[in-house]
Order: sequence, then structure tokens, then C-alpha cells
Amino acid sequence: MTSHDATHRESAAAVSAENALGGEHYLNHGRGLWSWLTTLDHKRIGIMYLVSILAAFLLGGVFALLLRTELLTPQQTIMKADTYNQMFTLHGAVMIFLFIIPGIPAALGNFVLPLMLGAKDVAFPRLNLASYYLWVSGALFALISMITGAVDTGWTFYTPYSTTTSTSVIAMVFGAFVLGFSSIFTGLNFVVTIHKMRPPAMTWFKMPLFLWGLYGTAIIQILATPVLGITLLLIIAERALGVGIFDPALGGDPVLFQHFFWFYSHPAVYIMILPAMGVISELMATFSRKRIFGYAAIAGSSIAIAVISFLVWGHHMFVSGQSNLAGMIFSFLTFLVAIPSAIKVFNWIATMYKGSVWLATPMLYALSFLFLFGIGGLTGLFLGALATDVHLHDTYFVVAHFHYVMFGGTVMGFLGGLHYWWPKMFGRMYSERWGRIAALLIFVGFNVTFFAQFVMGSQGMPRRYYNYLPEFTTYHVISTLGSYLLAAGLLIVLIYLIHSLTKGQPAPANPWGAATAEWQTPSPPPHDNFLRDPVVDDPYDLERWRWDAELAGYRLEGAAARPAGAV
Amino acid sequence: MSHTPPHGEAHDPHLAHHFPDATTQFEAGKLGMWIFLATEILLFGGLFCAYAVYRANHPEIFMYAHQFLDKVLGGINTAVLIISSLTMAWAVRAAQLGHQRALTRLLAATIAMGFVFLGIKYVEYEHKWKEGLLPGTHFNYPLPEVPAAAPPVAADPAPVGVPAGDASTIAPAARGPAGLADPAAARPPAPPVVPRNVQIFFGIYFTMTGLHGLHVIAGMITLMWILRRARRGEFGPRYFTPVDLAGLYWHLVDLIWIYLFPLLYLIH
Repeated sequence: MTSHDATHRESAAAVSAENALGGEHYLNHGRGLWSWLTTLDHKRIGIMYLVSILAAFLLGGVFALLLRTELLTPQQTIMKADTYNQMFTLHGAVMIFLFIIPGIPAALGNFVLPLMLGAKDVAFPRLNLASYYLWVSGALFALISMITGAVDTGWTFYTPYSTTTSTSVIAMVFGAFVLGFSSIFTGLNFVVTIHKMRPPAMTWFKMPLFLWGLYGTAIIQILATPVLGITLLLIIAERALGVGIFDPALGGDPVLFQHFFWFYSHPAVYIMILPAMGVISELMATFSRKRIFGYAAIAGSSIAIAVISFLVWGHHMFVSGQSNLAGMIFSFLTFLVAIPSAIKVFNWIATMYKGSVWLATPMLYALSFLFLFGIGGLTGLFLGALATDVHLHDTYFVVAHFHYVMFGGTVMGFLGGLHYWWPKMFGRMYSERWGRIAALLIFVGFNVTFFAQFVMGSQGMPRRYYNYLPEFTTYHVISTLGSYLLAAGLLIVLIYLIHSLTKGQPAPANPWGAATAEWQTPSPPPHDNFLRDPVVDDPYDLERWRWDAELAGYRLEGAAARPAGAV
Repeated sequence: MSHTPPHGEAHDPHLAHHFPDATTQFEAGKLGMWIFLATEILLFGGLFCAYAVYRANHPEIFMYAHQFLDKVLGGINTAVLIISSLTMAWAVRAAQLGHQRALTRLLAATIAMGFVFLGIKYVEYEHKWKEGLLPGTHFNYPLPEVPAAAPPVAADPAPVGVPAGDASTIAPAARGPAGLADPAAARPPAPPVVPRNVQIFFGIYFTMTGLHGLHVIAGMITLMWILRRARRGEFGPRYFTPVDLAGLYWHLVDLIWIYLFPLLYLIH
């Protein structure tokens, strides 16, 4: 440490150990665009990811609104049939590869993981930056594909259509391949960081549950994504070189593609949901002002979900002609996933029981998660059962199911986590009133949009159809109006969060009274993360943190009330 | 800030500031490399899986088409890669012991053997290119005509052992022991039966060896970078992590070939 650094640190400390906005912190440690683009600081990389994935979310959301608008009437409303096919493909591909998969791990996880460990950075900071640029390159290839002939295969790129359509499949598939490597490197970095950089006092079973969620996610990212990589390379080889491995005319097997694809893409569903479950575990404990119930069971169930996730891919292929025996085994294994998922849900409910539940904005999202993930998970059992799946396959029931899990689960977890760590990221509080209004709007808008789809799906409305029979009109109109409500809620979030960046109240170090290490450093944290070594022991001993009206935040019990200006 | 060494203590120039000590940094690097190798195995795993599926469903294609591969060239290439693994492991040892001259020579030898491997591979590819033994739509090798009367698979079902359709894949127990009693052996040798879809074998051959070849090239580029750093004297008993990790990668590339060679060239 040079004396220059030390002086900076003292001047930062002199402002406040609570809020560092007046002094030096990671956001102003280096100045100018170049200092951001070349940063190795995990917090800045996390913020860059956050901005990028939110841009992707916006783009995917615009596609969704256009799709829903088209579906207002049974015939053509605003776009042609081919455009519609391209748009639902792009909606799916952008949302999945660019937003949901990197969403929580790469944006929130990057920011929070080293802080929770009390460490200075992730194990491989350069690799971390490289994986961000891989994301950017993958996104560029996706954009090139959109401009040069948007893909119309659906996000699943099923052969043989994907090897014969005239749209630019190669660019999109190569983009997804590159994004896969971005995801692998993030996972690799997190596994090594969690193994090698935990402080000596933090044993595996003293890790915050968010880290267990990230760990399970990282394992899946490492083990599943390479298989997607080779599958996508084979599609490119098929289109560019005519290799013929998936082409029945040349003796190839298109169903093999489906096996390869779902071997990745089903575990990928758990890449999306596991980190959200980790966020929910943190929110439930903090906002119930109570120790998390069933810590070991929640931690273990994350790993159980990660393991089982590799054994269920065949449930996407019940009607593909796989043998009845394979179908039965995959169906059984699919039902097994319900066990660790339910363990988590019951433990969260037990955490709230007799807690003093504080309905702050992050907790509203956590509660939304419980309801929506509950519905999404239970309807998954309908689809995992062989007989009902034949009826429901490729209907709006499936669309509603995975939106309840992906949006109702992952995005609610993401929004909850974003609101929870926002004060730590930027040192400002957002408007709590607008936060609650938006959370309510999103919850209602979401249910209106997608519950209607359960109903029409069970009545036989097929997914990915451009036109439909007039008897489904009412449901489609309800669903479309719900999507506008949902969009309005999300727009409000965007507005008050941006507003808070300059106008929000300065945030204390620990606005929520959480006991994990990231709340022991000023908001926003200094470049080296901590002014002094944080106390890293029991992440759920919330009793030690007491409300201090003067700070408008929480203070560690026993630490004397500090006048501003002293550490 | 307890991770920062106190002022005055000699600071290891290779120790990144976020690691508490050099051992942790070395272990983190090594764990990271092993995880990366696991992802590489899974990347190839998809192709091995495709191989297994097609070989199980169409063994006759593999039996027939593998004869077009040159066992001698493949065998030489296998030996070249195994020896290059030896020189690589030796280079890591030399780095650990601080033997600078041995380190640079062994690294250069490893890279040279990479070139030999690629050269032989080029000869093999060129031969197939000229013969038209290519994957998928590009396959244009003049195969002998299949007799129109006999369905291709039914002509010689015994060695194949895979019944058509949904029947069990386990051979019937009532079959007699193989060997002298085999009636097929008594028959005069049948004209070679050309199976359908031979190009599938070459699709798999070219994707597997092609992806492996790209990995050989990537490994050689890495080793050239390591060689350059070794020439500058950057490695020694206190710091040899990059040599060690590059060596792990090279061994993996070697190991994958050791599986590819018998699976593609030595089929019975």
C-alpha cells in the first residue's frame, strides 16, 4: 500500500464510515470512460454487466410488447407472419442468452460475491473482464443477426429447420456460443473464488446462502455450457460445411440435436433460478428480522437441484418419439426436482413465521417470488407428467408455466436483489413509496398477463401461432392488457432508480440490518472493498444489528454510536 | 487490509494484490485450470456422444469406412503426441528446478512435435480431400454399387448384432459360440457390402479431428508464448505456474487424441 493510497483512504474515512459519496469510493476511484472499460474491479465489472443486461432486458421487453400487441386480434394486427416468427425468436434468444442467464450471477453476483467473502476481488479479475467483453461480442453477433436477417427458428434452433431456413442462423448461433463462454468463465471464476478466497472463519456452512446459490449455478454453468457450445458449433458446421450429422437426408439424426440442446438448456433453467433462490434466502432472513430457518437444508437443496438438473432433459422430448421407458424415467426424475424446490419454499415460509416481517420493496419482490414460483413450480408437475404433457405440449400452458418460473421466479429475485443492493452499489436510497407501487403493479400486471395464458393453453391454444381461433380472443386481449400494466410497472422502476442516482437520500452502510459482510463497508464501498477487515462469522445473526435513528440505518451492537467523522 | 504485506517486506512481483499469499494464488490458478479442462472434456464429450450414438445405431458404417484411414500415419501421430507430452512434463520439471537451458529446449521440442503432428494430419486430410472422402454433402467417393436385390444390412447381419426396430439389443442367448462352428466362416467370402450413408463417418471424423487440431494449434500458440517468457528468464523454482498450467492443457490435448485414434482408426 503506498502512502498515496493511505492518504486517500483517510480522507475517505474522514467523511463517514457510513456513506462515502463525499469522498473517494469505487465509482470515482478512476475517472473517465477508459478507466471503466479497462477496470479489473469486480464492482465496476458488475455495474457494467448490470447496465448491459438491462439494455438487453429493455430490447427483449420491447419485442414482447410488440408480440402481445400483434396478438390483440385473431388476424394480422401490426406485423406480418414472418416478422412475428422472427420477433418471438429474438424475444426468446435475447431474454435467455443476454438477460436471464447472466442477470443475477454476472451483474449482482460479481458485485456482491467478493464483498460477502470479505475479499478484495474475485480470483481472476482479468478473466472476469474478459468474460464481460465476451458477453459484449456475443451481443454484437446477435445484433448482426437481427440486422442481416433475423432468425425465425425459435430460440431452440431445432434442426432440420435451423439448417435450412434462409435467415442468418450462423450469426445468432455463434453469438450464443460466445455468450456461453462468457458464462463458463464467470462460473469458473466464482467456483475458484469460493473455494480459495473464503476467509478462514467462513467454513462452508457459514457461507451466506446467496453464495451457495451462486456456487450451484457456477457448477451447472461449467458442466452444461460446453455441451451447448459443441451443439452450436455443429449447427454452424451443418449450415456452412454440410456435415450432415443432424440431417436425415444424409443419414443424420435431428432428434440427437434435441438431446444435445436440452442437455444444456434444461440445466440452464436452473442457472437462471438458483441464484434467484439465493437472493430470496437473503431477503427472507433480513426482512423477517429473523435467523434463516433450515440453513443446511436450503444450502443442500441448491446442490441437489444442480445435480438433478442434469438428469431431466428428456422431459422436453416426451412427444419426440423417445421410448416410453425413457419417458417414464425422465418423468420420475422431473418430479424429484420438486422436492428440493419445496424444501426451499417451506423453509422460507418458516423463516417468516413469527418473524417481524418488514414489507420493504425488496421483501415485496421476495413475496411475489414465493407466490409466482409456487404457481410456476406446481404447473411444472402437470408438464412433467407424461399423459397431461401430451395434451399440454406446445400450448400456451407451457408458455405461462415457464414465464411464471423465469419472470415470476428469476426476474422477481433479480428485482428484489437489485433493490436490496442498490444502496450499496450507488450510495443512494430510492423512493420507497414508488418502489412499493411499482412492485404491486408488476405483480398484478404479471398475473393478468400470464394467468390468462394458463387458461387458453389448457383449452388448446398452441404456442408460436400468429393467428388464432376467435374464441381465444378474450384471453389474448386480457393477456395483452396485462403486459402493458407490467411494462408500466417496470418503467416506473427504471425512472425512480435513475432519479435516485442523483436525488436519492444518501444511504447508510447498512440500511436493512443484514448481517453479511457487504453491509460492513461504506455505501458505496471503497476501491479495495473495506476500510477495515469485516467481521465474518454468522451471516444470519441479525440480533446484533440495532436500528439507529440518527444513521437511518443499522449499527453493530456494542460498537459505540460513532459521531460522523470517526471510524 | 490485513492481506497487504506490511511495508518493508519484500513483495513478490508475481503475487496479485488480492491474494493473501503465493500458495493460495498458485492453488487458485491450478484449480481454475482443472475446471477449464473439465469444460474442454465436456465440449469434446458432445462429439464422443454423437460418435457413440451413430456407432451403436450403424456399426456397419464404421466397420466399412474406417478402412479409408491410414493406421500407420495415425499411429505415428499418436507416438509423436505421447513423446511431446514427455518433453512437456520434463519442461515443467526443468522450470521447477530452474534449469533455464533445458526449459527452453524442451518447450521448443514440444512445439516442434506439434508441427510434426499437424504436418502429418495435413497429409491425411489432403489425401481424403482428393479422394472425395468428405463429410455430408461433399462426399463424392465412387463407392462400388450396392446389389439392388439384397437390402444392404440384411446381407450380413451376424457380425453387426443389432436387430432392427424396437427389439432388444441384447444378442439372443440361443446363438452358438463364435469360432469354428460359425457357419459364416465356412461360406466363401462375400463381396464387400457397402453400407448406406458412409459420409456420416467422415462427418464425425472431420469434426472430431478438426476440433482437436484447433486445440493443438491453440496449445502451440500458448507454448510459444511460454517459450518467449522462458527465454526472458521469467520462470524458476519460485514461479512456474504458467508453465505448469500450459503443460496441463497440452496433456489434455494429447489425451483426447489417445482416445480419438483407436475410436476412429482401429475398429474391429
